[in-house]
Amino acid sequence: MAPVLAVDKLSTWFDTDQGSLKAVDEVSFQLNAGDTLGIVGESGCGKTVLSLSIMRLVPTPPGRYVSGCIKLSGLDLLSLSEKEMRKVRGKAISMIFQEPMTSLNPVFRIGAQISETIRMHQGCNRTESHHKAIEMLRLVGIEVPEKRIKDYPHQLSGGMRQRVMIAMALACHPQLMLADEPTTALDVTIQAQILALINSLKRDMGTSVILITHDLGVIAENAQQVAIMYAGKFVEYADVKDLFSRPLHPYTEGLLHSIPRIGGYYSRDKRLPMIPGGVPDLSRLPQGCRFHERCPDVMPICRDDEPALIGQNFPKRYVRCWKYQ
Amino acid sequence: MCDAGSINKMSSPLLTVHELHKSFPLQGALFASHEEKCLAVQDISLSLHAGETLGIVGESGCGKTTLARMIAHIEKPTAGEIRYRGQNIFKFDNKQLKAYRRKTQFIFQDPYASLNPRLTAGEIIAEPFIIHRRNLDHDIDANLENIMNMVGLSKDQQRRYPHEFSGGQRQRIGIARAIALRPEIIIADEPVSALDVSVQAQILNLLKDLQDKFNLTYIFISHDMGVIRFISDRIAVMYRGRIVEMASNQQLFENPRHPYTRTLLAAVPRLEERYTSEERIGEQKT
Repeated sequence: MAPVLAVDKLSTWFDTDQGSLKAVDEVSFQLNAGDTLGIVGESGCGKTVLSLSIMRLVPTPPGRYVSGCIKLSGLDLLSLSEKEMRKVRGKAISMIFQEPMTSLNPVFRIGAQISETIRMHQGCNRTESHHKAIEMLRLVGIEVPEKRIKDYPHQLSGGMRQRVMIAMALACHPQLMLADEPTTALDVTIQAQILALINSLKRDMGTSVILITHDLGVIAENAQQVAIMYAGKFVEYADVKDLFSRPLHPYTEGLLHSIPRIGGYYSRDKRLPMIPGGVPDLSRLPQGCRFHERCPDVMPICRDDEPALIGQNFPKRYVRCWKYQ
Repeated sequence: MCDAGSINKMSSPLLTVHELHKSFPLQGALFASHEEKCLAVQDISLSLHAGETLGIVGESGCGKTTLARMIAHIEKPTAGEIRYRGQNIFKFDNKQLKAYRRKTQFIFQDPYASLNPRLTAGEIIAEPFIIHRRNLDHDIDANLENIMNMVGLSKDQQRRYPHEFSGGQRQRIGIARAIALRPEIIIADEPVSALDVSVQAQILNLLKDLQDKFNLTYIFISHDMGVIRFISDRIAVMYRGRIVEMASNQQLFENPRHPYTRTLLAAVPRLEERYTSEERIGEQKT
């Protein structure tokens, strides 16, 4: 089966006074139809720039697509003109963002915003698109959509706004949906509803999803594959089950251990295992492995040379660490 | 519970909250006949013992921050009282209030917004001394170094401005400021919510270390059940302005009673099922 999305050695850099920031550095992965790929990383690791690169929404300049290619069902997105790309966005690929209040236009009714997408990409008239917008709102679980369609974004709660965003994103049955921290601003009970909604719609429409989050719990329950990103690079890529049952990269391991779990009991003197230090500044990356300054298993070679992302014995499992080379 | 929390229950509480209510007037139509009210906090009673951590958990808008602000004497209740060592904090005169404010400190959620960008880290941490006229003529400098070391900052960072620090380091500055005057109670309102996971662990450990060192009493507000599980001795679950369940850490997580608590716990995405948790080995039975 040909993958829906194939990203090959993609590098997106930003030119600044301090030199080029390698926000995304030689990232490769493939995503099959109907699968969810989780991308996990801490702030500044490049996960958002990666998703913006796929949408071709990185501002250039200062951004620059240095190398690599992004193929959506065989179509090379980086070679398209802006006009051609605009036909892809919202139709073949759509995106939902973390903060639905800032990504919806406050001065238009939600119905107008959803039907605009439908009209642009499906060439139907206002009445048709209006009806389709109502259908989409019903699909994402908004009650009395005929009335709600006349609401402005500020009249809706955070969870409802995110539902509207999802309705808009899925209105044209995209092949790929990018969800960048879609539930981070929401309460846990609402988060559970929204994730369940994304999963069921994904199943019905066969859409592939890239789920970007810092929350490993969200990934564990909602993704099939997961990539751990650190300082612009994938450091580990695996099936979700493999990753959580046996993390290979010291960073992945450190992340998993440092999360307090509701199933654990912590007495007064108990401390969380922690990764020392902080995420490196992209303009001042250390030589060698980007994680070596914080790594508990650091070896002399880690300080000099950067390891490659190497396939392991498991199917579809890759890790970037000298321990496994 | 076999922690300090249960031992301390024998002694008299440090702080008691009695039938506390707070409502905010809602802005209605200009000539609305009756004023509508938002009941932010309703009928809350609790007690806090020296050296314990009371976790307050709930979703946005449940009133947990309003409760914390009343305890910190930033907000006045509509009804009810808060007693500190037996005295009603809302009947304090200026001098008593100043002393109370020295004993209760706040750590805020957003380490970006809660530090004055025009002051250096050193000035921010030393400001409480100046406000409370402590150590003005002597050893502010030695004190400063001491405090910065305690929270994991080095002395040569004192001349830097907040924007030069990372989120985790900024939160360390906020914590340094809070512990500067050796308070008894620290109210931490979502102190790790804006931080990355690896940094979150560092800050949570730091808070526990400081508690051991100074026998601090924490009111720890969070929406994250994992964080609450890690840090709390007792936990209050808030829903729509009320405490719907109050229990010890183990009781709440292992035997939740209120349906809302169960909903909340069920909604948390789990790593446990897929990832064998070592913490379970250290689990204690009562």
